[in-house]
Amino acid sequence: MSEPSKKVPSEKTVLLKDPVLAAFLAWLVPGLGHLYQGRTGKAILFFICILGTFAYGCYLGGDAKIGWARVVYFQWDEEDMRLPFLCQMGMGLPTLPAVVQAYRAGHGREPLWGQFMAPPRRAGGALPAPRPARNAEGALAEQWTLDDLHFHLRPYFELGTVFTMIAGLLNVLAVYDAWGGPVFAEPAPAPKDAKDEDDQDLEAEAERPATGS
Amino acid sequence: MEPLLAAALSINQLWYAVPLIVAVSLVYAATRHEEMGPILHHAVHIGVWIVGFMAVVFAILLAMGWWVSS
Repeated sequence: MSEPSKKVPSEKTVLLKDPVLAAFLAWLVPGLGHLYQGRTGKAILFFICILGTFAYGCYLGGDAKIGWARVVYFQWDEEDMRLPFLCQMGMGLPTLPAVVQAYRAGHGREPLWGQFMAPPRRAGGALPAPRPARNAEGALAEQWTLDDLHFHLRPYFELGTVFTMIAGLLNVLAVYDAWGGPVFAEPAPAPKDAKDEDDQDLEAEAERPATGS
Repeated sequence: MEPLLAAALSINQLWYAVPLIVAVSLVYAATRHEEMGPILHHAVHIGVWIVGFMAVVFAILLAMGWWVSS
């Protein structure tokens, strides 16, 4: 059984191998699916462009004080429906910490990794129980609400959100490229000449059997 | 000076659009071609188109702001 492939206008055939696996790998890490297919140049390009955009968005959307990548988090309730995460989750593995942090926050546990990708504390919600080694004031000072994040980061909260959203959406394009190969524009069909049409009519006339009286 | 023009000239945040335009142009072009040469050529074409489109929209908004304030 031949491997899935795609013919390109330059006569080069792109071997897609297992398209579903390639698409999954591309979603997991930008460029990994293309590396699996042997399309190394595009793998490097997607890795640098998409992951670089995502990383820059994470850098803009956080700092050492409040934690990095605070613009990538998952929260879905009446107070904050984090719709941008629907775009950011176009990146698989890089957004996994946000899912872990959301799970911990939903079960009343403190965030990990210096609040990396941690959801903001709900303004009216209960605080997670502080660890015995720290006092309540220390635990409270480390939890930031969404308003605190906006005030602290100012326009960089939105900028970081935009960068990470665009990175996620670009990775969706890369996933499709890994699954189905490049999308080429079909060349326009050559226009039929009027002279060619007349020649075809004459040939059809000559081939018609003659009717005798 | 027109407020919108003054804001555009003083806002350095417009520079944040540059890496976005580069990334979007390269990734989109890479989904349309397989060889690096056509990818880069198409990416330049798309990047110029995006910047031109933004400039046209800016000019339209500037004209509308002038028309409203006059």
